[in-house]
Amino acid sequence: MLKWITLAPLVGAVINGLFGKRLGERLVGLVACGSVAVSAALAFAAFFTRLLPLPEGERRITEHFFTWIAVGNFRADFAYLLDPLSGVYVLFVTGVGLLIHVYATGYMHGDPGFYRFFAYLNLFMFMMLTLVLADNLLLLFVGWEGVGLCSYLLIGYYIRRQEAGDAAKKAFITNRVGDFGYMIGMFLAFTAFGTISFVAKEGLPSLLAQAAERPVEAFGAFGVLTGIALLLFVGATGKSAQIPLYVWLPDAMAGPTPVSALIHAATMVTAGVYLVVRCSAIFVKSPTAMFVVAVIGAVTAIFAATIGLAQNDIKKVLAYSTVSQLGYMFLACGVGAFTAAIFHVMTHAFFKALLFLGSGSVIHGMHEEQDMRRMGGLRKYMPITFATMAAGWLAICGIPVFSGFFSKDEILWRTWATTAVPWGKALWAVGAVTALLTAVYMTRLMVMTFWGRERFGHDDHGHGGHGGHGGHGHQAQPHESPPSMWMPLAVLAVLSFAGGFVGVPPALSSLVGVHAPNHFEHFLEPAVAHVAAAHGEAARVPTGVSVVYPTGQSFSGVPAEEHHDVGTERLFTVISVVVALLGIGLGWLLFTRQPVRPMPTLLENKYYVDEIYDGAIINPIEQGSRHILWQVVDVRIIDGVVNGVAQLFASLAGTLRLLQTGFARGYAAMILAGAIVVIGYFAWR
Amino acid sequence: MIPLSWYLALSAVLFTIGVVGVIIQRNVIAQFMCIELMLNAVNLTFVAFSRYLGNTTGQLFVFIVLAVAAAEAAVGLAIIICLFRNRETLNVDEADLLKL
Amino acid sequence: MQILFLLFAALAVVAAFNVILQRNPLYSAIGLIGTLISVAALFLTLAAPFIAAVQIIVYAGAIVVLFVFVIMLLNVRAEESRADEQKYLRWLAAPLFLALLAEVFLAVRYVGDAPPPLPAVRAADAPRQWLGSVETIGTDMFTTYVLPFEAVSVLILMAIIGAMLLAKRDPQFGRRRAPAEPAAAAGRAEEVGAGARR
Repeated sequence: MLKWITLAPLVGAVINGLFGKRLGERLVGLVACGSVAVSAALAFAAFFTRLLPLPEGERRITEHFFTWIAVGNFRADFAYLLDPLSGVYVLFVTGVGLLIHVYATGYMHGDPGFYRFFAYLNLFMFMMLTLVLADNLLLLFVGWEGVGLCSYLLIGYYIRRQEAGDAAKKAFITNRVGDFGYMIGMFLAFTAFGTISFVAKEGLPSLLAQAAERPVEAFGAFGVLTGIALLLFVGATGKSAQIPLYVWLPDAMAGPTPVSALIHAATMVTAGVYLVVRCSAIFVKSPTAMFVVAVIGAVTAIFAATIGLAQNDIKKVLAYSTVSQLGYMFLACGVGAFTAAIFHVMTHAFFKALLFLGSGSVIHGMHEEQDMRRMGGLRKYMPITFATMAAGWLAICGIPVFSGFFSKDEILWRTWATTAVPWGKALWAVGAVTALLTAVYMTRLMVMTFWGRERFGHDDHGHGGHGGHGGHGHQAQPHESPPSMWMPLAVLAVLSFAGGFVGVPPALSSLVGVHAPNHFEHFLEPAVAHVAAAHGEAARVPTGVSVVYPTGQSFSGVPAEEHHDVGTERLFTVISVVVALLGIGLGWLLFTRQPVRPMPTLLENKYYVDEIYDGAIINPIEQGSRHILWQVVDVRIIDGVVNGVAQLFASLAGTLRLLQTGFARGYAAMILAGAIVVIGYFAWR
Repeated sequence: MIPLSWYLALSAVLFTIGVVGVIIQRNVIAQFMCIELMLNAVNLTFVAFSRYLGNTTGQLFVFIVLAVAAAEAAVGLAIIICLFRNRETLNVDEADLLKL
Repeated sequence: MQILFLLFAALAVVAAFNVILQRNPLYSAIGLIGTLISVAALFLTLAAPFIAAVQIIVYAGAIVVLFVFVIMLLNVRAEESRADEQKYLRWLAAPLFLALLAEVFLAVRYVGDAPPPLPAVRAADAPRQWLGSVETIGTDMFTTYVLPFEAVSVLILMAIIGAMLLAKRDPQFGRRRAPAEPAAAAGRAEEVGAGARR
């Protein structure tokens, strides 16, 4: 059954790819959404009827599709693993994916490449699900590369636009740099442990179980586990757009908005987080790696937030917001709060997809206008879009009781209280400032778009189209989107509101008299490694339930860290809310009065990072290739050798040809000379 | 008595002269004559050995060599005549069609 | 005896040099005759009168005459002093000459030199049975070596036919051999042939 979760979209992709042109829009849309619906149905069925009923600690279902590579000691299968971690992912990937597919049928209506779009989109779903359900690093990598490929295809979907093609290439190549790290990490893992599988195979314990047996490596030391962890993380920075490999994500907004929503908000970019959490058993043994992850996550978060503050394209703001939120997720991983990271992945999928789809609705209604400086006052034209986006806005800012509040608060609290890495308090401060900035720029986005004076069209008679985005604002009024577009928005809005309720921590639920553990965290615990247990500390608070990891370790009950006092946690929750409200207020004040406020140039130009990369890395390589590798090595050396060998033989032949003079006397002389030599040899003997 | 080696030495000298003559001469008929000279030298060797080994085989061989030389001279000169008719020259260097 | 050898040896060598160094082929022919006669004399010193006689009759008397005929037929004059395209051969010849000579001399050193005693010319038992006499040679030729003898006669026959064929100047022959020639050239050949026949 598991394989059909991945294969259903593949079937859809094949049908649409081969026959789509003849099927017509309705049928193509039906096939595409239908295949994802099948996948989603199977996913929910597998999760609720097969996984959930299993006792805790034994929640893993494996399915073997076929043996792919079995060479010597190396084994990699097309086999699937459904455990709490991949179960959660599969649910929201297929769910949100389905909603976005439905949305896209409305958004892409009338586009000549309709069938191609959905073929690629389905292919993406296949790859992403393979990634998530893979039971070994290599199959995961197949999905990893596959989603990169589909990202390339979809970003560059508008094949006639130069910027789309450039952005697609940039995305793929930057990803490739990260993939290099991933591959080396995978090789290192195989060399060190003899397996790259997440489950035990043929008597060999799984990669994660073996890693759990190893001792913790010292902070600052570069042992094998640290090496593997850091290399895998390099791959994650590429795929999940962290420093230094985030530069592709803002450019990727050149693709259609559903693509931005699905791939660059909800699913593909979270693959890096998935990888880190899946390999948490390795990471917890390496405080060095954890620290690096946490620091990069935090720095990326604040860095991207500052840039997002100064962007004018509505999608670019959301893109930088995504980078920033991904930074939060890695920060959570770095401090050992893996379940919190996954929680945020899930809630982020809900509200970021919502925001992107909403922005798509805005763009659609504004006739392809994307610059916020030419929007304003859209509240009355697009009420549904406004309402749903408002839900997303509140979620991302972290207003209770929206989903984002619970997940973000969890991360911040864990960062403050962490024992896994040093400087937890400083990291918390960075996170808090980022939360403030998040609230500010999101409010700015909402205000500039939906409130205030209408800045589109009326006074711009002379304006023609601006670049690729310009629309004639005065030709028609902005309009609300069709139901195929606002219905998914509505569903996502509900999820953004209510999706957090599965992860309410006991500190807060006890306020309303509910005494239950954090369901989400509890559900996910057996699948991820635990920092304290990894360090060999004894577990506390026995609850009579003994949980056994796939890593082979066991711990009982509540993690050791949570012998904190509930009061501190509640205090920090309050602080988070205050920060959020402060941000919203600041944004409101600044931007309601003057929506089009000039922002610092440094931020608007994204700290010139692209230019720096161009100058420091790309241009030297290009010049080097052109002047050295091409003109010298290829033309002179390689061609020279090849041509030279031919030339050598030609001149050799030319020289030998001189012997054939045609003169008999010369030949006779040569014969004589030869005879003399031969006779001489015998005469001397 | 005259040592065998003297005869052989003389024969060698005559033979060498013949070979060098082939190389030096430009007239094809003169080249032919040098070839006859070479054959003669060999005849001398044969007869000398026949005498010193007490066997008639050598002299019989000379007889046959003589006959063959005659035949060869006849045919060769006929060819030269043909060549001359085509080229109007007896300079052997003119016949260089084998040149690459 | 030795004087005779040396005399005729010297004569042979000088004549041989004459053969190779003359420009006029006729003079080379004369040199060749000189060599042949000297060699015939040397044959005599080797007690091979038959061969000596045959040498003079066939070689000097027929072959060289043939050469002279051809020279006269073709009206060969002294060599035109055209530039020698292969000048280097001139300089190459001397070293090669000396090299070959040296080598052969080296080889010849090991040959034994005492000749067996020559049987008396007039032996009482077998008056004309000594090595080299006509009777001996004749006997051997027609008994032991009759096959080569017959083969040689066939060879001479072939040579005759070949020489006749090659040297024939027949207009009809020429026409038959070149069927693809244009009519004008054929016509011209006919004229020539007709003229020659006339």
